[in-house]
Amino acid sequence: MAGSMRLKAGILSVFLLALFVSVWHLGTLTKAGTQVVDAEYAKLVGQQASTGQKSAFPSPSDFGAKLLEHVRNPFYDKGPNDKGIGVQLAYSIGRVLLGFSLAALLAVPLGFLIGMSPLVYRALDPFIQILKPISPLAWMPLALFTLKDSDVSAIFVIFVCSVWPMLINTAFGVASVRRDWLNVAKTLEVKPLRKALTVILPAAAPTILTGMRISIGIAWLVIVAAEMLVGGTGIGYFVWNEWNNLSIVNILSGILAIGMVGMLLDFLVGRLQRAVTYVE
Amino acid sequence: MSFLQVQQLAKRYPGAGTESTVFEGVSFAMEKGEFVCIIGHSGCGKTTILNVLAGLDAASGGTVIMDNREVAGPSLDRGVVFQGHALMPWLSVLSNIAFAVKSRWPGWNRIQVQLHCQKFIDLVGLTGSEHKKPAQLSGGMKQRVGIARAFAIQPKMLLLDEPFGALDALTRGTIQDELVRICAATNQTVFMITHDVDEAILLSDRILLMSNGPNACIAEVVENTLPKPRDRHNIHHDPQYYRVRNHLVDFLVNRSKLYQTGEAARLAQPPVVRPGIEDLSPPPTPSAKIVNLRQ
Repeated sequence: MAGSMRLKAGILSVFLLALFVSVWHLGTLTKAGTQVVDAEYAKLVGQQASTGQKSAFPSPSDFGAKLLEHVRNPFYDKGPNDKGIGVQLAYSIGRVLLGFSLAALLAVPLGFLIGMSPLVYRALDPFIQILKPISPLAWMPLALFTLKDSDVSAIFVIFVCSVWPMLINTAFGVASVRRDWLNVAKTLEVKPLRKALTVILPAAAPTILTGMRISIGIAWLVIVAAEMLVGGTGIGYFVWNEWNNLSIVNILSGILAIGMVGMLLDFLVGRLQRAVTYVE
Repeated sequence: MSFLQVQQLAKRYPGAGTESTVFEGVSFAMEKGEFVCIIGHSGCGKTTILNVLAGLDAASGGTVIMDNREVAGPSLDRGVVFQGHALMPWLSVLSNIAFAVKSRWPGWNRIQVQLHCQKFIDLVGLTGSEHKKPAQLSGGMKQRVGIARAFAIQPKMLLLDEPFGALDALTRGTIQDELVRICAATNQTVFMITHDVDEAILLSDRILLMSNGPNACIAEVVENTLPKPRDRHNIHHDPQYYRVRNHLVDFLVNRSKLYQTGEAARLAQPPVVRPGIEDLSPPPTPSAKIVNLRQ
């Protein structure tokens, strides 16, 4: 029953994709030789563009061809403005993982502290409430000024945006560990560190991983914007650079790649989350 | 000097203007190897008393002395079986028990821990389920793991908080039999909360009857006059059984609400009753049958 459902869903997905590509294809069909632009402009850009022989927006086949090119050779490096899409993605993933890991190193222990101590919770709550809604990109100028390095600033921005969901979820997970389990640890005279590692951590792990999953999603959203701002390398810069090059096919390839990597990151953290989830 | 001495225990909560007293003047003693049950309606503070004995809760007044030492916090000397089994769902049966064993004997190696755990898993009849997670076990099996965990640390005293409350009658019976067997074999000192009159008669040497809260107190101490070993299957053929049972039910249904404020102080030494042998209470009502105390 479940198998047939999956098959039907798969067929429907393929159908929807085919429908989308067909509409796209029809929308970008070549129109016969009418002049669609201003005469002055036509002189400037040449015959083909001016007569609209070809739609300005790429057709699915143009996009497919370009995509194939990217897949065949993702890791070339021909100078600062011409790197393979794989190289750019690697830069972005590297920044996200670095910023995310630093955030985890701070947020998990601090979240533990906040979750275990109502005093610390009350003391830090106003700061968290004010800092949390700030768009991570708002930190960028300050980061550039103080850190004096665009690359480090991008990582800092990732750090700032991924720290809050992890911090809040860890604190919540730790604070809501079942009283019974803590009482068991108490009656067994379990030392604080062992209690934290063998009772509280596994009990709160699913909630902590939920926070991590939200964080990595936000980090991947933010890195594109951050790289558009700081420039140099990364998939965000790639998309912006291709806008300057007016290469719509490359922009589309970049967008698709961003989506794929985002899905992959979420999938990986989701796997980790499932591994620590327990049935009560 | 008795093994466990509870003197003038009280629990009060600060209310608006006036304090509200849950119970006061609770005093009793237990000898080593004794099995004592406490019975009373909900809200009389039974669980609080047990938590104070466990060291998980602090009393507002009074002292608890076990083995010549004051109880001031949780200790490995007192094993607790919690009402809701309190197993860690991410650990297997074996690991749940091993967690307790490693806490008791931190110096033991893996094989020592494993062998010791296995002994207690076998004792509660869970051989073969060592590597199952609690979610894969039935309610009765989970509670057995809880009992094995408490026994495995070989505490000086065992505290059971209504351990069979959530189980069906059939499972309850089997586990009660096991508890009787294990307690007899290990000469364990046990303090147990129950709502089940029959359970109390089957298991205990003495039964503490608590009056209704607030301002609850121990109204009577009933000595279980049925000879040991008792067998669940034919205990009810003993004519003495119904004398004890009727006395308990009669207390819960009719007399537990008669103890009013201020009575507790007067009852510093609650009367010891031996139903059927020297009965202080009026003749039990014959119509008193099964009473559901859990509402």
